[in-house]
Order: sequence, then structure tokens, then C-alpha cells
Amino acid sequence: MRLQGLPLGAAVLALVLAAPLGVRDPFFQNILILTALYTALSQAWNLLGGYCGQVSLGQALFFGIGAYTSTILFTRYGVSPLLGMMLGGLLAALVGLAVGWPCFRLRGHYFVIATIVVAETGYLLFLNWDWAGAATGILIPFKGESIVDFQFQTSKLPFYYGIVTIAAVLWLFSYWIARSKWGFYWRAVRGNPDAAESLGVRIFRYKMAAAAASAFFTGICGSFYAQYVSYIDPDSVLTFNQSVLISLPSVLGGIGTLWGPAVGAVVLIPMSELVRAYLGGTGQGTDLIIYGALIMAVATLKPEGLCGLIADLRKRGGRGARPAADEGA
Amino acid sequence: MGLIYALIAAGLSLIFGLMDIVNFAHGEFLMTAMYLTFGLHVLLTLDPLALLPVVAALMFLLGVLVYRTAIRRAMQAKTSVWMAQIFVTFGLAIMMRGLAQLIFTPEYRSIRHHWLSERSVNLLGVYLSLPQLAAAGVCLLGFLGLYLLIARTDFGRALEATREDKEAVALVGINRDLIFALGWGIGGAVVGIAGVMLATFYYIYPGVGANFALVAFITVALGGFGSLGGALLGGVIIGLVEAVTAMLVEPSLKSIGIYAVYMLVVLLRPRGLFGYL
Repeated sequence: MRLQGLPLGAAVLALVLAAPLGVRDPFFQNILILTALYTALSQAWNLLGGYCGQVSLGQALFFGIGAYTSTILFTRYGVSPLLGMMLGGLLAALVGLAVGWPCFRLRGHYFVIATIVVAETGYLLFLNWDWAGAATGILIPFKGESIVDFQFQTSKLPFYYGIVTIAAVLWLFSYWIARSKWGFYWRAVRGNPDAAESLGVRIFRYKMAAAAASAFFTGICGSFYAQYVSYIDPDSVLTFNQSVLISLPSVLGGIGTLWGPAVGAVVLIPMSELVRAYLGGTGQGTDLIIYGALIMAVATLKPEGLCGLIADLRKRGGRGARPAADEGA
Repeated sequence: MGLIYALIAAGLSLIFGLMDIVNFAHGEFLMTAMYLTFGLHVLLTLDPLALLPVVAALMFLLGVLVYRTAIRRAMQAKTSVWMAQIFVTFGLAIMMRGLAQLIFTPEYRSIRHHWLSERSVNLLGVYLSLPQLAAAGVCLLGFLGLYLLIARTDFGRALEATREDKEAVALVGINRDLIFALGWGIGGAVVGIAGVMLATFYYIYPGVGANFALVAFITVALGGFGSLGGALLGGVIIGLVEAVTAMLVEPSLKSIGIYAVYMLVVLLRPRGLFGYL
């Protein structure tokens, strides 16, 4: 039982690594990359929001810090984005700790709103910060194909394998943490903070650790995103919409589950990209309607997410036909 | 501006205080009210002020409808009701914004040539534009009405009782479900009134609600969730802070003042100024 999930993880990874063999169209490769990116981002959100129960709707701040750190280091000082990525993640983690220190005193809705407020403050500051490109953003010049510069033009595949590596590392981290002492403490903090504290769990410290880990990985994803699209501005990386997009795959797939973010991203990202591409996208809002309706449907019909649905089905299959008593409740 | 914030926030506060639910689609309620005003104004060429009761009534229905279809189901979730309700209202917000884009296109609209617009009065040496002044007046009246409704009527007492103890009220014959539905209706109507007044002088576009929603959350949290007086005071404070910050720093940074005040208040007093939750 202890290693349950690892074989499945390996199988999925093999499939994911082989996927580009069948997908050669750049449009679909882009979808694959975005799906992996949001899997990773949402997995990072899940560390804090899912396991530890601290719903953050300000993840865009860490995403933006990662993106800006590596971009500024690369364009101004020629630092390799691979190093920039690490520094971006570390800086995001530091900011996560600095933000968490006051915010974790708050509970419930006050905390959620505080995360939005902090991220919006960051957005406004970057929007007016001339040294960081202000509203015009920063264009990353192409310096030739290179792993050190993490720039590739002829193929999207290096980006794909890059983000899959990040997502896989994060998955392993989540897998490990969920089974460790930390994972149990985090869930205790989520389930009943007062009881946890009375049993000697120093909840503040565990919340801080969750925030730092979550921010670190989100920052790394931010750096990756900046290198991938080679242009960043506050509106593309620091907005509230970005924060919501980061949390949605987890919510859809199952909050606080190992596979939830991946399942959610696999459903959500291709769907929104395809809807946008085929229903004539910009301005019509059809994609938003479908998106919103789907979230509402999951939240009302199956708040445990798609993973909960799969678990239900498996249970039902295993024990023969059980009456559909718990459905539609 | 502060009084409009206060009225928008009042609707949010009412729903929250009643059933511990934050409506993340509140800004989209406001946006819907503004589009309703705009649409009816164009179709019927009626004055927005004359449309006030109509829009308020429609928004009341919308509130009840949303409660009946989505919220009631989300509240029955076996686990994590709290997250279910956050994300159900979130999905609703995204969907409403999409619908607005589909129907009205993302273009900026505004109600032009209103008899109130482009006039201002000189009050003690300060120039105030008439539409904003009218909006402030109506919002104050709306607030007064809401206060009287809650403090002076049987319905208001039932509402308070339901807030205090959700289980016990069933024993004395109060229909909890009905009270919740009416609470959502009134919350909708209140933000509807704010929407009509805002539509007389503010641009209307699908994303307009988001700007006001965040300010409304902050207003409510500042005053304390569930406290109506807190919402009024919070709204006024925020209106003033915004105006002062806009004078001190670049106007594009004016919201930072509001954010700073929010962080300061909740850190010193994690339940807001008058909150008891």
C-alpha cells in the first residue's frame, strides 16, 4: 500500500513522454504544453489550498515574480534562465513567506480576500514600475537555439519536455509530502485548525512551509512561461484571472488529491483552447459560458471533483451494482 | 463614490451574514443590473431613474433564481461546503461575464445625454457632478430602506433569527429555505439599485463588475462580515481613502490605498471593524 500510485504515475509519465510522437501539429503541441504547465501550477496551488486548506486566489503574484525575475536577469545581465528559474522560485518563496506571515493570522474569507488584495497590489506596482517595463512589458530577444538560454525556435518539443520535467518533479514532491509527517499535519490544519493546535501542531509554521513550497514551484512555472512565450507584461502574468486559472484545475479535478490537478488540467485546458479556436474566440464569450457552467456543475453536483467521481465509479464497479444513492444529493 | 460602494457592499454583507456565503458573482450582479438599465433604456427610451423599480425587481428575481438553482445545491455538499460555495459563485461569475459578452459584445457602453449628466453643483466650494450626487442620495435612501426592513419588520426579525441559529428557527415555524431565498432576492435588488445609479455615469462593459466586486469584498470585510452599519462605514471610509490616495500618488495607483487600509484593519482586528463572525 505504501507505494500505491507510483506504478500509475510511471505509466502516465511514459504516455506523456510519448505523446509528442503522435502530435506533430504546433497547435496541439501548444495545448500539450499549456496542459502540463497548468497541471504543475495547480499542483503547486494544491499544496497550499488543497492539502493545507489555505485557499489562495493570489497565486499570480508568485507566477509573476518568477516570470519577471528570470526575464530581467536574462535580458539585462545575461543570466541563464535555468539559473533565473531557480532564483525566481526562491524569490517567490521568500515573498510567499513575507505575505504569509501577516496573512496566516486571518481565517476563512478574510484570508482569501487578503490573498487577492496582496496580488492586486503587486499587479498595480508592476504596472507602474518603469524599470520592470511597466505596462508595456518586456520582450525577450531571441539569442539562438540553446539549452542554457532555454530558447528554441524550430521545435516546441524542448519546452514540452522542460515543463513535463517540472510537473513530474512536483508530482513526486506532492506524492512524497502527502505521505510524510508534513502531509498529515497539513491535512490536520485544514480539517480542524483548533484541534490540531491543541494537539501541539504548530499550525503557523506548517502553513508557512506550505506557502513557501507552493510559491517556489509557482515561481518556477512563471519563469518557464516567460521563456516559452518570450514576452511578459503585468496583464499576462499578474492578473486575478491568472490566479483563478491556476486554482481551477485542482477544483475541477479534486481539491487535495494527488491526481486532481492533472485530471482537471487535462479536461480544462484543451477544452478552453479548442472552444476558443473553433467558436471564433475573442469577444464572443462562449468559451467563458461553457467554462463557468462546467465549474458550477462540478461545484454543485460533485464538490469532491472528478477524482471523487472516478473513485465512486471504481467503488461501484468493485462491489457490484450499488444503488445510486449518493449521486445527485 | 463611497455611498455606492456601501450599497453594493450591503447586498454582499446581507447574504454573507445570513448564511455564511460570500457571493463571488456579486460584481457580475452589478454588471447585470447596469446592462439591464442600459438595455431597457435603449429599448423603451425610459429614464434610468424610472427604471429603478423594474431593475430592482428583476434583480430580486435573479437573486432568488440563483439561490434556488445553484446555491441551495452547493450548500448540500457533504464535504467542504465552504469551497463548494466559493467555486459555484465563481463559476456563476465567469458564466455571467461570458453571457454579457455574447449578448452585448465587449464594447464599452454608456448612457448618454441623460438630463442629469454634464451638470455639476457647487457645494461649499467643491464641485460635485450631479449624477454622482443623485447616486449618493439614492444609495443613502436604499440603505435606509434596507435598515428599516431589517430592523423594523417581522421579516427582518426572522432574518436575524435565522442568522443567529439556523436550526432553531425551524422549530418556531420559520421557513429557512424561504428566508434564504428572500435574502438572496433582497441582496440582488440592493445591488440592482446601485447598478442603476452607477449606469447613469459610469461605462458599462462585461468586466465592470470585477473592479467593484473586489472593493465590495474589502468594504464588507473592513466593516466586518454580516454587519450592515459596518458596510456603510466601510464604504464611506473606502471612498475617502481612494480619493485621498488619488491625490497623493498617481491615479493609477489609487487602489493601493484601499488595499493598504484593508490589510491594516484586518491585521489589527481580524474580524473587521464591527464584525462578530
